[in-house]
Amino acid sequence: MPQVTVTVNGQTHTVEVEGRTLLVELLRETLRLTGTHVGCDTSQCGACVVHMNGESVKSCTLLAVQAQGAEVVTIEGLAAADGTLHPMQEAFREYHALQCGFCTPGMVMSAIDLVQKNPQGLSEHDIREGLDGNICRCTGYHNIVKAVAAAADVMHGKRTELAPAIG
Amino acid sequence: MYDFEYHKPTTIADAVKILAADPDAKPISGGMTLLPALKHRLNKPSALVDLGGIAELRGVKREGNAIVIGAMAKHYEVATDPLVKEAIPALARMASTVGDTQVRNRGTLGGSLANNDPAADYPAAALALGATFITSRRSIPADDFFVGMFTTALEPDELLVAVSFPIPEKAGYAKLRNPASRYSMAGVFVAKGPAGVKVGVNGAASCAFRQTEMEAALSANWSADALSGVTQSPDDLNSDIHGGAEYRAHLVIVMAKRALADAG
Repeated sequence: MPQVTVTVNGQTHTVEVEGRTLLVELLRETLRLTGTHVGCDTSQCGACVVHMNGESVKSCTLLAVQAQGAEVVTIEGLAAADGTLHPMQEAFREYHALQCGFCTPGMVMSAIDLVQKNPQGLSEHDIREGLDGNICRCTGYHNIVKAVAAAADVMHGKRTELAPAIG
Repeated sequence: MYDFEYHKPTTIADAVKILAADPDAKPISGGMTLLPALKHRLNKPSALVDLGGIAELRGVKREGNAIVIGAMAKHYEVATDPLVKEAIPALARMASTVGDTQVRNRGTLGGSLANNDPAADYPAAALALGATFITSRRSIPADDFFVGMFTTALEPDELLVAVSFPIPEKAGYAKLRNPASRYSMAGVFVAKGPAGVKVGVNGAASCAFRQTEMEAALSANWSADALSGVTQSPDDLNSDIHGGAEYRAHLVIVMAKRALADAG
């Protein structure tokens, strides 16, 4: 069986996998990092989004062997060691950007990639377009979009603290 | 998904050697189409040859009056590459509309072209721009590359290495996305290039094609007005639950006008 070495949330693992093992299977079943979800399993819904070498990817449509040597960050890798949430996580909480929460890990990972790739700032339209690959069946997206905009201000250094949600 | 052997060669020669030795082996680039197909067990390759480790398949460069893009360039790279954006901005804009962000972060130019999905974006651009396909053994003009639905002129042990796009004077692209799948219902790429005006159409038929009547009209007069008298026959166009052939024929004309507006 092929062997794959991958660094996940700063920790390097070398494991034997089948050729057909998906990255999300390696994360959830071998490494027991179950924060990354499988929704549609057809690369449409985005619940499985993680970062690989700094870019958001759908881990249900990626072989574990294709992640050989890669740096992977999952939702579990965002908060600081003392439990302080990443600004995007904090914004999702503050803006009530989730209801059932199933899409949230992927939504947060995609949103961080979107904000990081757009240091010039993002309009509401940009955020909606940028989250094209993530489906949420509860929220209607409104609060997600507000949360991403608020987190972007913190991540881009325009504000030191998250703007409070009003109303 | 059925299991398979996995190879990750580092040179084109080694990849071709593996493919030649095993007719049931398949190359994989981004895997955005192949992996979903394997999950549905629509395909059962004995081995996958991962092209991700081959440096020769990467990079974007200008060669004379053409932009040459490595087959393993991801859609995101095509969309954001400074050379592509400057020389063929319509191609960069088109790449920025392929799939979604995560698909663009993995899917590749070469993978899309070699797969030749009828609704893929790139084939229309390659036809309209008069691209040349550089493979592991020869050069193939775009007009000879797309053979039919999911079929190209590539042999099983032949790899697409790069695609050379002549820099056009003007080019533009427009498509109507299916609201659910987001694939093109009909997309039109128009280009006024060194070899004249060419128009490529995707999404509407079983394979991307050139719309020669539009080419003649736009050669005489590069404007949306010139398209008023142009017809698109519904014969041989797709009819499915998303739209009939007549509807797609109408869309081709509308998208051509939008593509012209996009070209400016």
